[in-house]
Amino acid sequence: MPIRTEPVTINLGPQHPSTHGVFRMRITFDGEMILDVEPVFGYLHRGSEKLAEERTYTQVITLTDRLDYVSSMSNNLAYVLAVEKLSGINPPERAMYIRVIVAELQRIVSHLVATGFFLNDLGALATPLMYCFREREKILDLFEMLCGARITLSYMRVGGVFQDAPPDFWHSLSDFLNYMPDYIDEYERLITGNEIMLIRTKGTGILSAETAINSSISGPVLRASGVNWDLRKTDPYDVYDRVDFDVPQGTVGDNYDRYLTRVAEMRQSLRIIEQCVDQIEEGPVRTEVPALLRPPVGDAYGHVEGPKGELGFYIVSDGSIAPYRFKIRSPSLINLSALRGMMVGSNLADMIVTFGSMDINMGEVDR
Amino acid sequence: MEPVYVSFHEANSFFSNLYDLFAEWSFWGVSPIPDWLAYFLAGFLIVFAVVNSVVVVTTVGTWVERRLIGRFQSRVGPNRWGPWGLATPIADAVKLLSKEDTRPEGVDIWVFNLAPLVFIVTPLLVFAVIPFGEGTYIANLNIGILFIIAVTTVPTIAMFMAGWASGNRYSLFGAMRGVAQLVSYEVPMVLSIVGVLLMSGSLSLVDIVEAQRIPFILLQPLGFFIFLLAISAEMNRSPFDIVEADSELVAGFHTEYSGMKWGTFQLAEFIAPFGAASIITTLFLKGWDGPLLPDFVWFFGKVCFVWFVLLWIRATLPRFRVDQIMALAWKCLFPLGILNLFITAAEVLIWGDPTTAQLWIMVGINWAVAITCLVGISQLMSDKLSTRAPLAPVPVRRARGLREVR
Amino acid sequence: MNIIGVGIAKGLSVTFRNLFRKASTIRYPEEAAPQAPRFRGEEFAWYEERCTGCASCAKFCPLGIIKIVTHPGGINVQEGQSYAIDVFDIDLGRCMFCGLCVEACPYDALFMGSGFERSTYRRDDLVIQVDELRQAEKRPSTWFRPQLEAKEYRPQTGQPLSWEEVGR
Repeated sequence: MPIRTEPVTINLGPQHPSTHGVFRMRITFDGEMILDVEPVFGYLHRGSEKLAEERTYTQVITLTDRLDYVSSMSNNLAYVLAVEKLSGINPPERAMYIRVIVAELQRIVSHLVATGFFLNDLGALATPLMYCFREREKILDLFEMLCGARITLSYMRVGGVFQDAPPDFWHSLSDFLNYMPDYIDEYERLITGNEIMLIRTKGTGILSAETAINSSISGPVLRASGVNWDLRKTDPYDVYDRVDFDVPQGTVGDNYDRYLTRVAEMRQSLRIIEQCVDQIEEGPVRTEVPALLRPPVGDAYGHVEGPKGELGFYIVSDGSIAPYRFKIRSPSLINLSALRGMMVGSNLADMIVTFGSMDINMGEVDR
Repeated sequence: MEPVYVSFHEANSFFSNLYDLFAEWSFWGVSPIPDWLAYFLAGFLIVFAVVNSVVVVTTVGTWVERRLIGRFQSRVGPNRWGPWGLATPIADAVKLLSKEDTRPEGVDIWVFNLAPLVFIVTPLLVFAVIPFGEGTYIANLNIGILFIIAVTTVPTIAMFMAGWASGNRYSLFGAMRGVAQLVSYEVPMVLSIVGVLLMSGSLSLVDIVEAQRIPFILLQPLGFFIFLLAISAEMNRSPFDIVEADSELVAGFHTEYSGMKWGTFQLAEFIAPFGAASIITTLFLKGWDGPLLPDFVWFFGKVCFVWFVLLWIRATLPRFRVDQIMALAWKCLFPLGILNLFITAAEVLIWGDPTTAQLWIMVGINWAVAITCLVGISQLMSDKLSTRAPLAPVPVRRARGLREVR
Repeated sequence: MNIIGVGIAKGLSVTFRNLFRKASTIRYPEEAAPQAPRFRGEEFAWYEERCTGCASCAKFCPLGIIKIVTHPGGINVQEGQSYAIDVFDIDLGRCMFCGLCVEACPYDALFMGSGFERSTYRRDDLVIQVDELRQAEKRPSTWFRPQLEAKEYRPQTGQPLSWEEVGR
């Protein structure tokens, strides 16, 4: 008589040590194989899009900080680019260079967090996580030197950057650029060749290029699946067309490729920062913009290549001091749509690892 | 008296002195106290001393472990209570004792309460047969190793008792996984021990230590490696700790325990590495033997070294998946164990009573076989274990030095 | 062909080397974390002599936590006529230390501070009232005040500044 098993639905609840943020999944599985995954989110919804309609364009910058709370500079940059496109304001050169430097530093921070937590999910008793956070502290100290805060920065303004960097910043940045490649080498030595990591992450959580393109995935997840699409190359903003860098691209699209893509992007970010530090000139960092900015009636879409994907803001203005409509295209929310395809049919044990490698941030998903 | 008492009495001078001391007592007018009482008191005192020292070493070991793991992770461990945080184990004990002892509805109360006790019996029992020094042991059982193998299967039943009695579907699930893991790794463990037994010719641990002219780690590299992995899996220690750190779905068989019952589980989890280190020292590292220093110091030093290696592995490596653990036990370690057994048996057959030179030849043969196995397995798994080339060319490092400040 | 164990051995060597490096923990509260001069903390420095009661700070706060009640008839030392401040409340329980209020002030009267250690037992105690603002020692942070940075002022270690020294 054949054994008849019954599929069981369980709830991987919003509070859980392995889900990054408050994220709930209802999983139906049969034995060890997953049949269906239903993500339930919205536990961190704060109404950013509606709140923005009550705030002036400068005040909205503080709202954008808190979307993807790990990469605050990229959020600010996307928003400020959208408003500048809407009002036809051009930031000065030095501002654009500083923006790129800071955005790339933020990318390194976000990838350190992603890699650290990915390895935490794999079970490595928080050791690689602590190493990643040790480096993150140094970058956050750089940010503190620059704008007084560490995580929710509000550094950019419409028309440039908020304030010029102090001389200490350039010294510390040079020191950082000198020793950071050694630390990335150390992580690679600890993790990349580790046989246990290889056995667990190679060949699991495969996302094919076609599925990725059809699901509008963007960011390192897309590039790890083999698609050569990076907004910094295809639609350059600020000074990305003046610096030279490679776009790392994976082949298979499994968890291991995503991890390797993020590490390679960290190295390329260092390269970009070095070139910007060489090319930057003296000058003003902010164009004169009225405090209560009133852009002309119209709409604009400004997007950046954030650490998690394409972050875009679509702003509709009706000529008043606050936006009429503020729509956020958050990469983590769009990337979530591929989750089900990746998890169904796989093992229960691989599910958490796959979720960790997608690098979803609930602040962005729920806004 | 039965032979086992006689050998204990004769060989262990400390016990016999203690027995004589008690036998002379007169007590409430009954003089001298009866024989069995003298035996009981002497034995009780020795066992009391050993168990207490093991538990004290373990509690200090928890502090050392947390500090060391902190240093591995580039942070300071607990350093608040007492000088350098030495009173942290006391703070932990006070906290656990003052917690509410929860008992969920629907538990099987007798099994639920007994499971921690059964779990902690094993690591302590292991110390009954281990020689701490020359002539210093609690019991020289002539079936010492068999006793240890039998006793280390008891956590299996304790784990299952805990999972079953919790009344929680996921605890049971986790407990069953744990039982599967423990049962699977018994086989390689026994196979690697049999290699040592063939070399030493006796099951008694005291004889095994004395039979090692060259430490067996050199003579049995394959056996040592298999035993190290198998005993890590038996203890549920990283990288085999799916049972206790399975934060994916199931929180493990000790989810529903709180307070000192959970503390008992944790204590057993911490005594186990010391027990395993003691066994490894006795079997493979020549026990208490060593020049110059007293033998107890050598034993303690070797145990601490092996314990440190286990801790180091725990702090560094990520975890295996469940099916990979089973595959490792049955497809990798089991054939290696049998190979080790054949080669050792062949060597013992050819050179029945080897001289030192012949022992070194055996060392050479065994190491050659071990390295061949390693290379062979690497070749078989090369596609699964190959790293990929970096996805973008690594940027060229510029010459060091501060860049010009803008 | 990779030999099994080489990757694990490399990882073990990395952790072993870290055993001998200095720990990167800052032992708070015995050691203080290093703070930048631009740090945006609480302990706002408010110079009444420079303030005219225009309430731009209250208008620019995204959360609306500054409450200002004035009556005409004050004398501002620099500008002449001004409003006299009756109530100037900053609700630190909801402040996000964004600094837009400091950016908004046209007279350089409000500065961020460097504190981060204010904890109370009741939420109502977190509101800073005008008396406290008047009497507090003023160590302004150099955030958005390039004149303080030109003087290389360090709020964590420097002397409190008076109203003449903080203006543009």
